[in-house]
Amino acid sequence: MVRFLIKGVLRDRSRSLLSFLIIGGCVTLTVFLRGFFVGFLDDMLRQSAVLLTGHVKVTTRAYAEEADLLPNDLAILEVDSLLTVLSAEYPDLFWSPRITFAGLLDIPDENGETRTQSPMMGIAVDLLSEDTRQPELWDLAPKITRGRLPREPDEVLLGEEFASRLEVEPGETATFIGATMHGGFTTYNFRVAGMVSLGVSGIGDYFILADLEGARQALDMEGTASEIFGFYKDMYYDDPAAVALTAGFNRIHKRADDAYSPFMQALRDQNQMGQIVDIAQIEMWVIILIFMTVVTIVLWNLGLMSGLRRYGEFGMRLAMGETQGHVFRTTLGESAVIGLGASVVGTAVGLLLTYLVQEVGIDYSSMMEGYDFPMTLVMRAKVTPDCWFIGFIPGVFATMLGTILAGRGIYKRQLSQLFKELELEA
Amino acid sequence: MDDNHIVEIRELVKRYPVGGGHFTALRDVTTDVVVGEFTGLVGPSGSGKTTLLNIIGGLDAPSEGSVTVLDMPLGGKNHKELAHLRREGIGFIFQTFNLLPVYTVFENVEFPLLLMGMNGEDRRSAVNQALEWVDLMDKVKSRPAQLSGGECQRVAIARAIVKKPKLIIADEPTANLDAENSHNVMGLMVNLNRELSTSFMFATHDEKVMGYLTRIIHLIDGRIDEDEQVSKPKYREGK
Repeated sequence: MVRFLIKGVLRDRSRSLLSFLIIGGCVTLTVFLRGFFVGFLDDMLRQSAVLLTGHVKVTTRAYAEEADLLPNDLAILEVDSLLTVLSAEYPDLFWSPRITFAGLLDIPDENGETRTQSPMMGIAVDLLSEDTRQPELWDLAPKITRGRLPREPDEVLLGEEFASRLEVEPGETATFIGATMHGGFTTYNFRVAGMVSLGVSGIGDYFILADLEGARQALDMEGTASEIFGFYKDMYYDDPAAVALTAGFNRIHKRADDAYSPFMQALRDQNQMGQIVDIAQIEMWVIILIFMTVVTIVLWNLGLMSGLRRYGEFGMRLAMGETQGHVFRTTLGESAVIGLGASVVGTAVGLLLTYLVQEVGIDYSSMMEGYDFPMTLVMRAKVTPDCWFIGFIPGVFATMLGTILAGRGIYKRQLSQLFKELELEA
Repeated sequence: MDDNHIVEIRELVKRYPVGGGHFTALRDVTTDVVVGEFTGLVGPSGSGKTTLLNIIGGLDAPSEGSVTVLDMPLGGKNHKELAHLRREGIGFIFQTFNLLPVYTVFENVEFPLLLMGMNGEDRRSAVNQALEWVDLMDKVKSRPAQLSGGECQRVAIARAIVKKPKLIIADEPTANLDAENSHNVMGLMVNLNRELSTSFMFATHDEKVMGYLTRIIHLIDGRIDEDEQVSKPKYREGK
């Protein structure tokens, strides 16, 4: 009997192939949509974390209050001992000190006179230690447009647009003119190792990326850092965990009577990221739920129509002596097999598509010309654990729900109407 | 129940609810069908022919009275027991054939045997025999869409007789056939009736079908108006 029913499913393409394609397509879209939204949000958070906020960030309390002014005179002192504490207390994260500074960048000619000059904003991170993850986080290697990565503390990378405007080439000297953390005037000669295009709108025009040690020398900040960024080791931002971690840290370390006591902020506490995270997550779920509802209704109807279309067959089978329960169970079984098979294939295709967009990305930089908001210019999806099962909700359950509703008719039908119904269908 | 009786109907009444009241489709029907009878229910539309066939086939329940089919009193039986009766003892032939379009002729005929749980070898043998009876051995792999109307009805007959039921119920079996095919189909059924002693019950308006019947029950307004034994059916030879 099972073989007989399988033959029917395979031969009746409107029952199997059409259903399979529609269910598979809907499942693929569901999986991809979920992966795309998660990837987009994750990309946005990752970019923000790497560039501006970390997943959590430690500064002095005073620095946090005036962070917009880049007050390096309020920087963290004795960074190494604080790093030791952080690494011991929070082993799920890795910690990276950073100096953020601003000033003028002067490009001298062969006589040492100013050839070009511009205001600049610099970020100094650990680019050279053996165990540093910063080059990986910034994904620097593929983003070098000219020259190479820094190899010495005094070498820097310039944003491609910035370098073009200053007409500077790799290997040339770029003189930083600014203030030390103690308020004194300083000049420091950096060597331009190369140019970088971060693929982030609004950050290339005045940007240099320096090694932490080089910046410490330039700013007289030995053993200090403006901020210490903390990142979850898997680079996935866990908002509730970060908030709890932050609260716990501040309860122990933050002191009201000491402006230089360490103070931790989560990503959501900075740059209005909390609102962005909340809105993005709500929007993501609203869109996914709307889509899932639409897909569920489509597949529910598919199951319903597929069942209704076969009322003639069901009637004949009942007349032949098949019980209503058996007709219902076999129909439900067919629906489950088609739904499950299509969901497996649809999920596989959806995962493949999501993986491709995760690896290759969708470059929309041409649409963002003129926008200065620091955001990624390549949209990437992300294969998350729920991508492996989310498609089965519409694929299997909605299809079977439709079949169950259609199947109610099998029980409700008046067998006495059988001859009339079958005649009408002819 | 008399050993010779395949159907016993006593004081059968069937009412259907209509609005606040009810419509009486069958009134005080009492009759028997004996083994090997070739019986037709005839009468105008609404006279109760199909209702009576439905009740005999276990597709509907009487409102009053008793019906016994193949020694099973139908009153109070549940769906499973009635399905068992249809599966094991009754064959159905529909006006519109109702073959399963995605299955071959062989598979369509095989279907009732699958429901009975018959093993593969016995099934194949029974299907081949049924298809030989209806002279369709050259069409075993064809699909219904590739057959003429007459051939489809022959497949439907093979499907009805393949389990060798004691009773075959046929509702207007020639309504969709031309005259030649109608006679061919009826001729087949007459042969089966003779060779297997299968009892047939028809509901029909068709004069050609009536020409083969050995017994005609005339129904009018749900009552048996006349119960006629036909000694020399017009188209039936021999008997």
